[in-house]
Amino acid sequence: MSRPTLLALQILVAVICIVLWQVLSTVPVFGKILLPPFFFSNPFDVFSQIVKWFSSGVIWKHLGITLTESILAFVIGSAGGVLVGFWFARQPLVAAVFDPYVKMVNALPRVVLAPIFALWLGLGIWSKVALGVTLVFFIVFFNVYQGVKEVSRTVLDNGRMLGMSERQLMQHVYWPSALSWMFSSLHTSVGFAVVGAVVGEYLGSAAGLGYLIQQAEGVFDVAGVFAGMFVLSAFVILIDYGVTLVERRLLVWRPTASDGRG
Amino acid sequence: MTTPTAVALEDTKVAFRLGDGRVYTAVEKAHLAVAQGEFVAIVGPTGCGKSTLLNVAAGLLKPAAGSVGIFDQPLAGLNRDAGYLFQADALFPWKTALDNVAIGLEIKGTPRAEALPRAQQWLTSVGLGAFAGRYPHMLSGGQRKRVALAQVLIRDPKILLMDEPFGPLDAQTRQVMGNLLLELWNADRKAVLFVTHDLEEAIALADRVVIMSAGPSSRIIGDWRVSLPRPRDIFEVRLDKEFHALHREIWSVLKDEVMKGYAQSTHAAEAV
Repeated sequence: MSRPTLLALQILVAVICIVLWQVLSTVPVFGKILLPPFFFSNPFDVFSQIVKWFSSGVIWKHLGITLTESILAFVIGSAGGVLVGFWFARQPLVAAVFDPYVKMVNALPRVVLAPIFALWLGLGIWSKVALGVTLVFFIVFFNVYQGVKEVSRTVLDNGRMLGMSERQLMQHVYWPSALSWMFSSLHTSVGFAVVGAVVGEYLGSAAGLGYLIQQAEGVFDVAGVFAGMFVLSAFVILIDYGVTLVERRLLVWRPTASDGRG
Repeated sequence: MTTPTAVALEDTKVAFRLGDGRVYTAVEKAHLAVAQGEFVAIVGPTGCGKSTLLNVAAGLLKPAAGSVGIFDQPLAGLNRDAGYLFQADALFPWKTALDNVAIGLEIKGTPRAEALPRAQQWLTSVGLGAFAGRYPHMLSGGQRKRVALAQVLIRDPKILLMDEPFGPLDAQTRQVMGNLLLELWNADRKAVLFVTHDLEEAIALADRVVIMSAGPSSRIIGDWRVSLPRPRDIFEVRLDKEFHALHREIWSVLKDEVMKGYAQSTHAAEAV
């Protein structure tokens, strides 16, 4: 299928959905409105809500906050994941000792930590960052751990036979291998950083996209809830696109067929 | 004046402890000497421990008994005089062809600015001058072997250890690579220990062909001198009468071992 046709079909799906939504929520079918506006709002109201947010400029502050939280969560979580993953992979004893605890913490649904973080760190951005960090950390940690442990035996032997010291093996073999695993999980970890931020905001905050949605929900402003969701989706798609660009630059050496996403 | 011995394996025994606690003896009392400038090929059936023996010479494996001497010094740890060409892909996938070759020098502390032009020269001499910026996955199997060869040779090792380096390549590429190897080797005649399962390849390349018996507990059971004149052309040398005579002679010994090795591997499969 050619690109324009595909694009046309993709747009068609959106148009049909929006038209159906608009019609069913405004025009009665057999004397009954199938999508009551109280619960489903309608595309027009949702759209005008979005326009209002952007034209008045309120949304930027909230987007800015959510973005800051996501970036902080991603950076801190990744750094921690890389360091600990490296450490565990190079020290099997440490890994063995901590193994059950790592599993335990990872098994815990992270949302339940939100109240604790809110208590410890207050309602500002840091409680959301902390929640995001707990999500990002484990993804990066497991990938780096795997990456360092599964360095090809032959490549490692080759490095040794070429005369690499332990430090040089670290720099030329372990490190690039671990990073490549981390980058291959970039989409997932960035996505989780945003999830952490938004869920944290939703559960208690004074700003951010999650706060916006929660506020709208509190006053039964369904149009506001949908508008928040749409802005959030667009926001995540934009970030994901950015990640794809970064990934393309960093992983040029990778064959595209084995493009694994952890 | 005698030429010094580059690699001397004396009564080397290699054994592994298996998962269930039993000890598996891969090689029993191997005795092998490679003189400086000599090209020795080890041929044997699958699973005879020829690669194991090579890893012992490289210092990647410690022998269970016997000793390894490198230029009359006992080998402790890795063999720093040796360059190793692996059967599997061993290039660093995150480095370009040029960086993969340059790394051999950079490890020794050569500044990058100096290492890169020399790496480029080496790439050119293995016929890949135009592929410097490619990553390994963008190269064909044969091209990757060329890069690997340059990566090893740029360090100018005194000994070359090669573990079925052209095994994964197709027949034509193998011959081309064989000729390239001979051409590069002819320039400075390093000591070479070349492991292969292909007898023709061994005779065409080497000064001496060593045959190992089928494993386990394999031994060296034959040692033939190949007196075909050098420089050789692999395509031509195979048509030589002497080549055929030698091939027939060695094959008569090797054949039995190959059959034994085959029988053992099928038995082992049935037992599982």
